Amino acid sequence: MQPRIILTPEKFSFTIERLCRQLIEVHSDFSNSILIGVQPRGIVLGKRIQVRLSELLKKEITFGTIDPTFYRDDFRSSEKQLTPSQTDIDFMVEGKNVVLVDDVLYSGRTIRAAMDALLDFGRAEKVELLVLVDRRFTRHLPIQPDYVGKTIDSISSEKVKVEWKEKEGHDQIWIIPKTEKE
Amino acid sequence: MSALSVKHLLGIKYLTVDDIELIFKTTDSFKEVINRPIKKVPTLRDTTLVNLFFENSTRTRISFELAEKRLSADIVNFSASSSSVSKGETLIDTVNNILAMKVDMVVMRHPAPGAPVFLSRHIDASIINAGDGTHEHPTQALLDAYSIREKLGSIKGKKICIIGDIRHSRVALSNIYCLKKLGAEVMLVGPPTLMPTYIESLGVKVEYNLKKALEWCDVANVLRIQLERQDIKYFPSLREYALYFGINKPLLDSLKKEIVIMHPGPINRGVEITSDVADSSHSIILDQVENGVAIRMAALYLLSGRK
Repeated sequence: MQPRIILTPEKFSFTIERLCRQLIEVHSDFSNSILIGVQPRGIVLGKRIQVRLSELLKKEITFGTIDPTFYRDDFRSSEKQLTPSQTDIDFMVEGKNVVLVDDVLYSGRTIRAAMDALLDFGRAEKVELLVLVDRRFTRHLPIQPDYVGKTIDSISSEKVKVEWKEKEGHDQIWIIPKTEKE
Repeated sequence: MSALSVKHLLGIKYLTVDDIELIFKTTDSFKEVINRPIKKVPTLRDTTLVNLFFENSTRTRISFELAEKRLSADIVNFSASSSSVSKGETLIDTVNNILAMKVDMVVMRHPAPGAPVFLSRHIDASIINAGDGTHEHPTQALLDAYSIREKLGSIKGKKICIIGDIRHSRVALSNIYCLKKLGAEVMLVGPPTLMPTYIESLGVKVEYNLKKALEWCDVANVLRIQLERQDIKYFPSLREYALYFGINKPLLDSLKKEIVIMHPGPINRGVEITSDVADSSHSIILDQVENGVAIRMAALYLLSGRK
C-alpha cells in the first residue's frame, strides 16, 4: 500500500477557513466561548483557528491547552511510557462554552481523557469537539465530533499523518501504512 | 528518553543524567497540577502503596503521602514503633507479608544504610528509598536540584556548597551525586570531625572556613545538625558550632553578592542558620517543600508506569 495524500495544501486552508466560519455560526462573537487544544497534536490546529477567528471577529479569542496524559486509561498497558505535556488553562472554565480541538479522531480515548481533565477545571456550560480528520467507524467509545475538517474511511493498519507549515514546512494530510512496532 | 532506566529509586548513584532530566520534565507537569484548584489526577487509581517508615519523619512522610493522594493511589501507612518489628520479625518477612496483601509499590525509610538495596534483591515490587541511614535520600536531592534549576535556570557550572554535618547526612551524599551528574561544582563545608575521610574521591572540594566557601558559591545548602546522631561529641558545643558554621545576616551582608540559601529541614533555628536568614528573600526553603511533592509525584508516576 502506497502512502496517499488526502488533503492538499490548497484544500487544507479552505478547510480551516470553513471550520472557523462554522464556529462563528454557532458561537457568534465568542463572548462566552473558549478554545482548548488537546496536547500534543491539537495545539497547532487550535492556534491556527484562534488566529483566524481573532482576525474575523477583530478580538482576542481565549485559547488554552490541556494534557490528558494523567487521565488516560492505557497508562500501564501501552508499550512506551507516556510522557506528559503542559496544561495551560489560566482562565475560568466554569459556565463557558468550550470547544476542544484535536487533529485526528480515532478511538475517542484521548478525547474521553481530555474531557475528564477538563472537569477538574470547573463545570463548563457546554463542551464541543472540533477535529481536522474524523476516521469513521473506528470508535471505541460513544464520542462524535461537532465540527469536522474531513471525514475519511480507513483501516486499522493505516495511520493518518497531519503535516503542518509550522513543523514540516507545508500543510497536508497523508494516509500511510503503519510500521511494524506501532 | 521516555522511561527510567531503573525499576527502583534506590539512590541517585544508580540514575543516569537522562533519568534525572526525565524526572525534572515530568515534575514540571505535576507542579502545574498541584497549583490547580483541584489538585488531583486519577493516574494511579489502580495502585496500592505502602509507606514503610522504620524511622521517624514528618516532612518526607507528609510529602510522600500528599504525592500519593494527589495521584489517587490507595495508601497504607506503617511505622515500626507500632508494628510486629518490635516482636522480632525480619525486614523481608514484614515486607513480603504486606506485599501478599496485593500492594504494588513500597516507599521505605530505614535507619540501616542499604536496606532498600537489600530489599530490592528479594521482592518484585518497585521501591522508593525515602532515606536509608546515612546513605542516600534520593527524592530530597532531586527536589534540591530541581529548586536550584528553577531559581537559577540551570545547574551546569553552578557552584554549590553543602554546609554542616556531612558525615551523618544522607542528603549530602545524594546531593553530591545529583549535582555532580548535572555538571555543578560542589564544595563541602563543616568541622573536620563531621567531614568523612576520603570524601574528595567523589570529586568535591572541602573547605573548613565558612566565609571563604560562601564567597565562592552561588548556592548554600545548609544541613541540619543531627542531634540524634551525635553519639560522641563531634564539636564542643552548639554555641561554638553556631559561631563558626552558623549562617547569619551580618555574614551574608558582608559578601559582595547574593547567594541562594537552602535547607532540607527541620531547621535548628539559631544553630546552623538564624531566623532572619531562613525567612529572608534569599531563602528558597519553602519552595523546596512545594517542589518536593511534585518531585515525588513524578517519581511515583515514572516508576509505576514501568512494566
